[in-house]
Amino acid sequence: MADLTRRKLLSWTALTPLAGATAAVAGTKGKASVQSSQPTVSELARQRIQQLHLPNVPLFTHEGKRVMFYDDLVKNKAVSLNFFFAKCDEICPLVTANLVKVQKLLGADVGTKIFMYSLTLKPEEDDVAAIRHYREMFHAKPGWTFLTGKPSDMELIRKGIGFTYPDPAIDKDKTQHIGNVRYGNEPLMLWGACPGMAKPSFVAESISWMIHLDRPGPGIKSEPGA
Amino acid sequence: MYYNVYGEKVSKRRFKEMCDAAKNRRELIAAGLTSRRDLFKMGLLTAGGMLVAKSGLSARAQGQSGGGNNTSPGTQQLCQVGNQAQSPQTKPFIDPLPIMPLTRRVSSLSPAPTLNPNVGAGEVRAAAFQAPQIDSSRFPIVPGTLYEVFQRQFTTRQSSDTILPPQTIWGFDDGSGPRSPGPTYRAFYGRPQIVRNHNALPATTQVNNTGFGMPQVTTHLHNAHNPSEADGNPCDFYPSGKFCDQYYPNVLAGFNSTNTPDGDINESLATLWYHDHRVDFTSQNTYKGLVGFYCLFNNLDTGDDESGFRLPDFPQHDIPLAFADKVYDPTSGQLVFDLFNLDGILGDSFLVNGKIRPFLNVEPRRYRFRMLDTGPSRFYEFFLTGNIGGAGNPTTNSFWLIGTDGNLIPNPIQVQSVRIGPAERVDVIIDFSKFAGKTLYLENRLNQINGQGPVPLDSQLFPQNGTQTECANLGGPGNTDAILPANFNNGQNLILQFRVSGTAVTDNSVDPATNPTFYQLPSTHADPRIVRTFKFDRLNGQWSINGQFMDCGYGNGGRGGESTETFRFAVQQNSVEQWLLTNLTGDWTHPVHIHLEEHQILSRNRSAPTVPADQGRKDVTQLHPNERVQLFFRFRDWLGKYPIHCHNVVHEDHAMMAIWHVVPQGDNILVP
Repeated sequence: MADLTRRKLLSWTALTPLAGATAAVAGTKGKASVQSSQPTVSELARQRIQQLHLPNVPLFTHEGKRVMFYDDLVKNKAVSLNFFFAKCDEICPLVTANLVKVQKLLGADVGTKIFMYSLTLKPEEDDVAAIRHYREMFHAKPGWTFLTGKPSDMELIRKGIGFTYPDPAIDKDKTQHIGNVRYGNEPLMLWGACPGMAKPSFVAESISWMIHLDRPGPGIKSEPGA
Repeated sequence: MYYNVYGEKVSKRRFKEMCDAAKNRRELIAAGLTSRRDLFKMGLLTAGGMLVAKSGLSARAQGQSGGGNNTSPGTQQLCQVGNQAQSPQTKPFIDPLPIMPLTRRVSSLSPAPTLNPNVGAGEVRAAAFQAPQIDSSRFPIVPGTLYEVFQRQFTTRQSSDTILPPQTIWGFDDGSGPRSPGPTYRAFYGRPQIVRNHNALPATTQVNNTGFGMPQVTTHLHNAHNPSEADGNPCDFYPSGKFCDQYYPNVLAGFNSTNTPDGDINESLATLWYHDHRVDFTSQNTYKGLVGFYCLFNNLDTGDDESGFRLPDFPQHDIPLAFADKVYDPTSGQLVFDLFNLDGILGDSFLVNGKIRPFLNVEPRRYRFRMLDTGPSRFYEFFLTGNIGGAGNPTTNSFWLIGTDGNLIPNPIQVQSVRIGPAERVDVIIDFSKFAGKTLYLENRLNQINGQGPVPLDSQLFPQNGTQTECANLGGPGNTDAILPANFNNGQNLILQFRVSGTAVTDNSVDPATNPTFYQLPSTHADPRIVRTFKFDRLNGQWSINGQFMDCGYGNGGRGGESTETFRFAVQQNSVEQWLLTNLTGDWTHPVHIHLEEHQILSRNRSAPTVPADQGRKDVTQLHPNERVQLFFRFRDWLGKYPIHCHNVVHEDHAMMAIWHVVPQGDNILVP
């Protein structure tokens, strides 16, 4: 839990949102944290996305390193995000195996321009050793980090990035969990998603849009009139 | 007046608390303090689950019964309607309805259009123009009608009520300034045209993005019988600084196949629209403003009330209406889009032609309205409501349906209401002559609480169980009826106000009550070459068609490889097919759109269609829960690639789309 006191929380309930505290949590500096100057539309939008969807909660990597989800993993980066759990025997292995091919297709961009993250849905089962073992099983390369954390924090991220069903009963059934891959460019506020079971070539294409904004769509052939 | 998300009146103080609560909630989320256990530990939550603070934190009105944990982060929890703070409530009917001007023509384009894409000049196009290769005298490479438009970012007011700040959105600029919806094309059969469509959106940087939108575009002309290179294929998007010459032949289906040389008059199109179709980002880009109308005329549907069918004259008494529902941040007032929603997005602010709940001064005579649902996910059922605020009950008044998906039906049908889903259009005639001096409203009385579609479905209209929904436990007033009462919730659903002047005027237009005949429906008796099945499903939250997902192939710019376009199936040029669309997604309704050719609905669950909207020519068909719909197609004239997709654009953007192509020799894949 963040270093917040009950007193501070009660002060929030006194209906005065603390812009400074928010900005500090959001990791945004400068104008947004100064109450006297107006944040720009763009700054407000980025802040809103962070606050609603990208919680800055502590996680552990497959190497046991403690990281903050927003500050360390997502902020100022192009990323892909998906959920799995080690003992999942239906969709997860398919998606993970797909992502192995995706990582290969994206090549040297992974770990330098694009950061891949897989988060466990069952942190109570998947400790650091379990996710490390799972990662090794698939021979994931550097630049692709597997993550676990406190169950409530993992749930916060899952809901934050919209991997939920409208029906609460289905939403609780982890065998039906959302198999999408969320891709995004955090500072540019570009976010999309594609199915984790789509063809790896198209998943890779979709993720690479986040760092190739000047290039035409895949339907455009290189030779005119082709 | 202030309202909560249920449309109930709340005090100004309570509204302020709700806005603050939303802020507080975000801060709690940001701090990772949203679990009940955490809050309980902090002494902020009672054993009964209520927050201890006297006010704030809960965005819902106090004392509200029913489910909904309002400390939930993330996307709107769709079965918990209380989870979304309400947009600032602007005063309705203070802005005149914007009427989009006609797109300005240009006398020439520099450099001149070329048969093959002019890559050196910055053009991005998938292939050479097809039409000039079929007949270069009818379809010259540089036709007589030329347009040049620029897609730009601009700032505008969506209500003149200053509670809502100016909004930075995207639109189309024909030289008269950017606007959204874009300017309206007035096109004619027999007059081919080129639109040089520039992407002049700001290349994305950290400082100019307003929180959503992808500045790469491909503009689809929805419903057009167009060659694929001009269709605006989702995979053919282009970045800022580039352009595409889109060659619109404006020619009837069959011109080069079944009905040479002019095509089948019964395939005439009338109300088309253009919108961005960038794969995975269509919902964001159309929501941000990249939409507009394209009205196509011929020597019967002339736009002149003294010739042809004598429909009301365009554009004075023939008015396109683009409906959209949007959400604004309750604190900043900025337009927001839920980037992380997989199901469908509903707004609580209704715009017509870019303004929130505007008014239109009309004369006491007949008008033609071309009504378009621009989405992203809402279905509408429009009624013509009168006597608001007068003695007695509101009145519901009849009007005339003359077109479905913008295409004239054989004869006008008198209706009490019309229902449209995302991307669908209806053309209607409203006769205001008996309402001189009165005020009327277009009211959306369809009950829809989430992206699933209207719930519960009206079993009178559709033969299915009407009561099951994923959110069946919502209950409460307004959540159980398919059609809400007139003037429900203090008139929250009155979207467009008509102020009818008291002075009688001459009206030369045809009276629909005389039962004029427009076109005949094309025959559907031909034997299909193949019957294909398309199952619309959801697999682990991934929207799919026949268990597969959208795939553009792999681009040429990424890893240095060749483009590997993959097509799911091949339709034979100039052949007849039947397609069976099956809905396996339980309670969801999918408005399914197919490019290139219109279709006719042969059956719904093996019964002939009964509702008027199902009996015309369509390019979007609503696929209701547990339905199987049988469609008839003739694929004519053009070659190339086209999509089939769900036009709930949130589903479309999450892979409920497939690319197929038309080739001289089709394949025999039954379940593509």
